[in-house]
Amino acid sequence: MRLSHFDYHAPETVAQAIALMQAKPGARLMAGGTDLLIKMRHAGLKLQDVISVKSIKGLNTITVDENKGLSIGATALLADVALHPDILKYYPTVAQAARGTANAQVRNMGTVIGNLCNASPAADNAPTLLAMNAEVEIHGPGGQRRMPLEQFFKGPGITALQPAEIVTAVHAPKLAPHTGTAYISLSARGQLDCTAVGVAAMIVLKGKACEEVRIFISSCGPTPVRALKTEAIARGKELTEAVIEQAGNQAAGEVKPIADVRASAGYREKMVAVLTRRVLSQAYTRASE
Amino acid sequence: MKQVIVLNVNGEPYTVAVYPWQTLNEVLREEINLTGVKFGCGSGDCGACTVMVDGRAVSSCLTLAIEMQGKEIMTIEGLAPSGETLHPIQESFVEKGAIQCGFCTPGMEMAALNLLKNNPTPSDYEIREALAGNLCRCTGYKKIIEAVGVAGQKMKEASERKTS
Ligand SMILES: Cc1cc2nc3c(=O)[nH]c(=O)nc-3n(C[C@H](O)[C@H](O)[C@H](O)COP(=O)(O)OP(=O)(O)OC[C@H]3O[C@@H](n4cnc5c(N)ncnc54)[C@H](O)[C@@H]3O)c2cc1C
Repeated sequence: MRLSHFDYHAPETVAQAIALMQAKPGARLMAGGTDLLIKMRHAGLKLQDVISVKSIKGLNTITVDENKGLSIGATALLADVALHPDILKYYPTVAQAARGTANAQVRNMGTVIGNLCNASPAADNAPTLLAMNAEVEIHGPGGQRRMPLEQFFKGPGITALQPAEIVTAVHAPKLAPHTGTAYISLSARGQLDCTAVGVAAMIVLKGKACEEVRIFISSCGPTPVRALKTEAIARGKELTEAVIEQAGNQAAGEVKPIADVRASAGYREKMVAVLTRRVLSQAYTRASE
Repeated sequence: MKQVIVLNVNGEPYTVAVYPWQTLNEVLREEINLTGVKFGCGSGDCGACTVMVDGRAVSSCLTLAIEMQGKEIMTIEGLAPSGETLHPIQESFVEKGAIQCGFCTPGMEMAALNLLKNNPTPSDYEIREALAGNLCRCTGYKKIIEAVGVAGQKMKEASERKTS
């Protein structure tokens, strides 16, 4: 099956990309194209103009800075994030999520930012970054701004981006001492298929008690969902088996999943309880180490 | 509008005029006649179209040809070092009976190369993970996994011979 016809633009700077988007309303940005080209080939998406992100110079950088934290540029590949030595060391769950996205070929083409901007409720790289309180850096006609990732997702395929805006990077803060993170996802074909249920957690410990807890659930709503009431159960407490059990049950009650080809609603709810228990206990153990 | 680009494929430059919407897969198969590169699902799921670009395996069905100017592309036709000698990966696939109908084989071998060039002694799990994006409808995965393990050994021995 052939792709429908479009004009292709290869800006070399962010400013050129913004100018192109302003000049060509309806144009879409493309990084790896592993979501966009499939929508064009198999889902009837027709575009007049495609604007490359990969042609923009300098957006492929990944930095891990002792004070500023982690930054992943818009064209950094999933494969590069998955194998980056400093990400593996300081943000292992971010590397794990990237490695668990798609297959080797797709990870050599696709980007973490493309995964976020595609705004699938199942996006594998979203829950961990959300749990870590990451921010996206956005450039547009009005200049540059930063937005908490938590405010970025508006619905399936819908982000808070305004016309002619581009995400240039995602930034995760430096993690406090005694922080632990975890992400577990379930899908049909190993890690390859779209996630049917995923849960990520970040825990910051003070002594044995959870000073801070953030929990995000994917594939169970129009966007990844924050489990605020579940967080409240764990916050301030030592995570005993009883607390973890209670948190799992609360998390299942906090989502309203739908049934689709990937899973039934009931299965999703049950798995949210199971995965919430597992990520909480993993994150807690890692935070204690 | 067509744009003229130079594609470096298996060490040879090819000057081709491409439309922006033409994929690398279409250009390799239809303009350069490298039909070892297969077209399977068109959505990155099956891996039959896998080629190496700058040393990394990608799905040629999801790659625009227009973005390939200046890159080094390698297809299955470029894997064997000569017309007489097979690459260790090819040798092992033959020896282990890892080829049935053969449609998935070029993609499988490219995915294997993607793994083995950085990690010639992978665990079984790592082999499975590296081949997760390649489907074999004859379902002969066990022999393929074995062949990739053996190929890694051969590649390691060959590079040790070179350096000693
Ligand atoms: C076989 C296969 C398996 C997959 N498995 C998974 C999986 O397990 N988990 C998962 O989460 N995903 C999966 N995906 C989906 C996809 O690979 C990922 O979402 C990938 O990270 C997308 O990145 P990309 O660079 O290819 O995005 P693109 O397709 O280039 O872009 C995606 C969207 O984001 C927009 N966009 C891209 N960059 C920017 C930017 N800088 N600023 C603003 N908007 C931008 C585009 O306009 C488009 O709407 C899979 C895809 C395939 C083909």
